[in-house]
Amino acid sequence: MCLAIPAKVIKINKNIAEIESLGIIKEVDITLVPDAKIGDHVIVHAGFAIQIIDKKEASITEGYWKEFLEKQ
Amino acid sequence: MNIKEICSEINRLARDLDKKSINIMEVCGTHTMEIARNGLKQLLPPKINLISGPGCPVCVTPINEIDNIIEILKDYDVSIFGFGDMIKVPGSSSSLAYEKSMGKDVVICYSPLYALEFAENNPDKNVIFIAIGFETTAPLSSVIVKRASDKKLRNFFIYCTHKIIPPALEVLLKDKEVRIDGLLLPGHVSAIIGSKPYSFIAEDYKIPGVISGFDPGGILQAIKMILIQLQQKKSKIEIEYKSVVKEEGNTVAVNQIHKVFQIQDSMWRGLGNIPKSGLKLKPDFSEFDAKLKFPIKKLNSREPKGCECGNVIKGIKKPDECKFFAKSCTPDNPIGACMVSSEGTCAAYYKFYRIKY
Amino acid sequence: MPAKRNKNDSLQAKVINISHGDGGVKTGELINKFILKYLKNEILEKLEDSASLYIEAKNIAFTTDSFVVEPIFFPGGDIGKLSICGTVNDLITTGCTPFVLSLSLILEEGFLLKDLEKILMSIKKTIEEINSSNNGVGLRIVTGDTKVVQRGFADKIFINTSGIGLNQSNIEISPSKIKVNDSILINGGIGEHGLAILSQRKEFNFKTGLLSDCAPLNSLVNNICKASDKIHAMRDATRGGIARVLIEMAQASKTTFEIDKVKIPIKKEVRGLCEFLGMDPLYIANEGKMVIFVESKDAEKVLEAMKKNKYGKDSQIIGKVVKKGQSIVVLNTEIGTKRILDLHYSEQLPRIC
Repeated sequence: MCLAIPAKVIKINKNIAEIESLGIIKEVDITLVPDAKIGDHVIVHAGFAIQIIDKKEASITEGYWKEFLEKQ
Repeated sequence: MNIKEICSEINRLARDLDKKSINIMEVCGTHTMEIARNGLKQLLPPKINLISGPGCPVCVTPINEIDNIIEILKDYDVSIFGFGDMIKVPGSSSSLAYEKSMGKDVVICYSPLYALEFAENNPDKNVIFIAIGFETTAPLSSVIVKRASDKKLRNFFIYCTHKIIPPALEVLLKDKEVRIDGLLLPGHVSAIIGSKPYSFIAEDYKIPGVISGFDPGGILQAIKMILIQLQQKKSKIEIEYKSVVKEEGNTVAVNQIHKVFQIQDSMWRGLGNIPKSGLKLKPDFSEFDAKLKFPIKKLNSREPKGCECGNVIKGIKKPDECKFFAKSCTPDNPIGACMVSSEGTCAAYYKFYRIKY
Repeated sequence: MPAKRNKNDSLQAKVINISHGDGGVKTGELINKFILKYLKNEILEKLEDSASLYIEAKNIAFTTDSFVVEPIFFPGGDIGKLSICGTVNDLITTGCTPFVLSLSLILEEGFLLKDLEKILMSIKKTIEEINSSNNGVGLRIVTGDTKVVQRGFADKIFINTSGIGLNQSNIEISPSKIKVNDSILINGGIGEHGLAILSQRKEFNFKTGLLSDCAPLNSLVNNICKASDKIHAMRDATRGGIARVLIEMAQASKTTFEIDKVKIPIKKEVRGLCEFLGMDPLYIANEGKMVIFVESKDAEKVLEAMKKNKYGKDSQIIGKVVKKGQSIVVLNTEIGTKRILDLHYSEQLPRIC
């Protein structure tokens, strides 16, 4: 239930953002992260973005995050 | 630091700690799964015991709630929408998956938005979304209820079984049967609530807590941070998952929860009744409460006799200490919720630890 | 009055109706104007109750499969192509050459005839592709059946295909031949078929370029068998993914496999969709993937041969058979730990093949 994954915001239309993660594109609701901008990375859970990812912090940590950001 | 370096640090710290064993509880079911999937226990010294906690929403939902939802489905003409696991969990005598195979309208969805959209497009159908989960998912339920209210929908409801984590942690810390030296705190729940709600763990119980991410490196790093605190005989709440978790959390999401829900006492499978640990729709939104709109008779729900889910959730027993484990209780034929949930401790054990190599 | 009747007639003429299944004039029309139009050959056109065949072979393989995939047209294929590839891929796993097929159709009243034509054309094209490298054997559909059910009693079209393959060589290819030190290979990325189907389900709403890997693998298997006579076993990975194939082969051969997770080819989009949905690509259906067990000294040679085939460009050696005795599949994770692959783990994906 805590399943949430990182994705990049590529388009915004009011409260719906088009996000992209590893080549998959999906629309998510950004009501909970109203400050999200195009180019931001967000954490997506069950169709909603729940937080904006701090890229500086993410690049410090190992693992999936680093791989994900490097691939973008 | 790479994983190898983090592991040698962990081994060194564990060796130097003057304790026979170090019990670290990973609260979140997703952590349990990721630890199992990546074989992380193989990288840790035997002194460190990772104990699975109650952070699996489906696992801690009392069997009575499943029975109630099935009863609503039987008594009324409704369409039930829910996440995959919830559909498979066995109730006292049936399950939503069984009712679905018998023709009832039960839909597995990935997002509550789909349930709301379905309700909007099908005004002649009564749609009930099973709102289950902790603080990661509660804001989503709040948004869709608020939206249903704004759109004046008359056919959309939620069956709310949302719970909040910190009170359950306090119950565990008070329990003399459970010995915890450190807590691996849930990453995405904390993305919402931040780190402040956990301060009582460090201040009142003097136990270190680290909010961890879900990749193997992040989890190991968080374990290292717990060991450093134990070494320094300190206790504080730290954040390993800094890229996503801020101290103040996501205040928009938290406000959203409080707009729509109020806090109430809640029954947790295995832990009993925990004060102020559940959510209920506020009176302004009671028209969306499936429990009010679709009243049913009181049911006599029975926990399956001999099922150890309760003790597994508390971390007192390991799944293979349950007499049903891997015999009559398997992922395809589950007896208790811990086996059927995608984050259940028994499911993790069955998939990843059952066969020794 | 006449104009109205013409309009009704032309609407009726566009779909399957119950009389197409009653064995009379309409059934004849269905067979002649549709089935034979695309699949005619000298045996089938006789329209006899059973096909008379002359077989010269050491032994034969016989298989059957039913197809109920939803949607019937999906990215990368359709139910017609799937029905031929599925049966042919089963036949070739023991080194047999596909020889003849049967084709049974259950059609729902109201099913569009133009969709039926598309499916029959797809079946025709798939057979043509198979025959372009079929060891001189011309694979044909030699017998079949059509039934029509009322609206709501089937979903558009269900297909059953059965097939016979000929084993014309002396080599036995079967799980019992798997030996310790054998290399394990796969011809490309996993999980693509199941996710291509899933991405079409409206409740998921994902946009992806993922295509089903549905493909006839007879040319690939021919290349493999030409490159080495030390092929011990082969199995195509369908429902349950490569996990299921590996576990079944370990059980059938009573050996232990070690698989390196990092070596398993997985497309970026497959990983992405699996992350979103909390699924494991190892357990997701494929329709164009073959797992090969070959004596290790020939592994590189076979790999090169596979990579030259259009359905093997992303082939990899993913592991090896490590010992006899315990029937398990051990996965070496990306971080150097080990875990066991287990069969009791169903991905709830209905009607993916």
